[in-house]
Amino acid sequence: MSGNTAAANGMVSAGVSGNCLSRAMKATASNSVQFIGGLLALGIIWWLAIYWITQNPSLSQFEDFSPKSTFAAFPQIWEDGTIQAALTSSGFRLGWGLGLAIAIGVPIGIVFGRVKWFQNLFNVPFQFLRMISPLSWEPIAVVVFAGWEEAIIFLIAVAAVWPVVFSTAAGLAKVDPNWFKVARNLGAKPYHMVTRIIIPAILFDVLTGIRLALGVAWIVIIPAEFLGVSSGFGYAIQDARESLEYSQLMAYILVIGAVGYVLDTICVLLIKRYSWHRG
Amino acid sequence: MAIRGTEIKIEGLSQRYPSRKVPTFNRVDLVSPPGEALAIIGRSGCGKSTLLHILAGITKGTEGRVLLNGTAVNGPSPRWVMMFQAPHLYPWMTVTQNVGVGLTFARWGKKETEERVNDAIRLVELQDFAQANVQDLSGGQQQRVALARSLVMEPELLLLDEPFSALDAFTRAALQKDVRAISKRLGFNIVIVTHDIDEAVIVADRAVIMAGSPGDIVHEMDVDLPDPRDRTDPQVQQLRARLMATFQEAANYKKPEVALAGAGGR
Repeated sequence: MSGNTAAANGMVSAGVSGNCLSRAMKATASNSVQFIGGLLALGIIWWLAIYWITQNPSLSQFEDFSPKSTFAAFPQIWEDGTIQAALTSSGFRLGWGLGLAIAIGVPIGIVFGRVKWFQNLFNVPFQFLRMISPLSWEPIAVVVFAGWEEAIIFLIAVAAVWPVVFSTAAGLAKVDPNWFKVARNLGAKPYHMVTRIIIPAILFDVLTGIRLALGVAWIVIIPAEFLGVSSGFGYAIQDARESLEYSQLMAYILVIGAVGYVLDTICVLLIKRYSWHRG
Repeated sequence: MAIRGTEIKIEGLSQRYPSRKVPTFNRVDLVSPPGEALAIIGRSGCGKSTLLHILAGITKGTEGRVLLNGTAVNGPSPRWVMMFQAPHLYPWMTVTQNVGVGLTFARWGKKETEERVNDAIRLVELQDFAQANVQDLSGGQQQRVALARSLVMEPELLLLDEPFSALDAFTRAALQKDVRAISKRLGFNIVIVTHDIDEAVIVADRAVIMAGSPGDIVHEMDVDLPDPRDRTDPQVQQLRARLMATFQEAANYKKPEVALAGAGGR
């Protein structure tokens, strides 16, 4: 009898976990279909647009922008190492710029969110500076910094710092003051308030800010590399345009989109991992 | 887990705020022997919560002092831990992590922390939820986690500021009984601030009534009842009625000299 019950329980639990598994598989399959479907739709719109444009004989040179020409250009720019070199250069600048933005933005955001007088004093200046296009600093950055490399890193940092500052501050605003009261009551030292309470409490918001910052930085880096440097995706695009290699230009654009997508996905995964918010 | 209680001595404790004419309370004296569960009952605004905050070292009194086993209370300490009206748990932590958070502040070793946390979780009967996210727990379970988080520090004194007032009646009754049972088993002192007469009768060995402006201890009564205490027990109901009558009488209390001084000032 008990053996039968155990067997029945086993079947039930197998059934339940089987259902969960099949639900998870269905969800994954559905996500994959949507992912591929979305890309296919984009590809079709791209192909149709070029097809429609090139119907006009005077615009036939646009054939270089077609999906077929673009994908045909990939082997060459991969084999000669242009993509890898651009990835390394732009990645290096992005890493430094974003790193500086985080290193400066998080502490400022913490003070901005926690110290009322600081917030009152700097709210207007920060909003003012935030609205200035980062690229408009380029002429000044070139004069101030010794080389173009540093100037570009500065421009990325200027673009990326604001989302980090404001997200961190917004996270701090949601921190329950009672968490500090409880911690003090249990013998927490001031540094415990930072390491055990503030950081884990706002990590979700900081990562959300970093995700936004990454988006802005990745957008800014391309025009920032148009001038002064001879490496990176911005330079590669400029170079392809000047040498009339439009299929290569389109290939670089695809890589820029793909890299941006991958970096954003990493941020989303990190946000999911460190989010404690419900609903 | 074995905890010793502490002798609480409040000597001439006063609390005044510059913005108010009348002190919150004036020269309060109170002694509670080791292991006693003491209830401070009073209406809102009589100063009972302020008194508790001074006992916890969260607030400082204007005059007088609080001694625990002869040591003056000058700030918060894991030896005297306060449990608040709401659990205020850390939502990014599991039950186990929340319970052990005070030990990580004190840099306890991993193994010892684990043992003490498991003991505390067993005491509040949350073994099945040890790895759960605290946001998935009911209000009563969350308050149990807060209780375990206080108990894990092995305090000599547990201060309770109307800790069950936000819970439903059944959960509240269960937790009141549990807190008393655990304190008696482990031997620590309790000071519970409440305006709920039932709570005082179920949890405390002695109840003191605070009233007046400035607040003062105007009455005290031993709650000499056998354990476990049940609300439906005639003895409990009888004592509750007596305490209620005393409380109502005390509610109209006015300290004569202060009333006179106030009248003279006008």
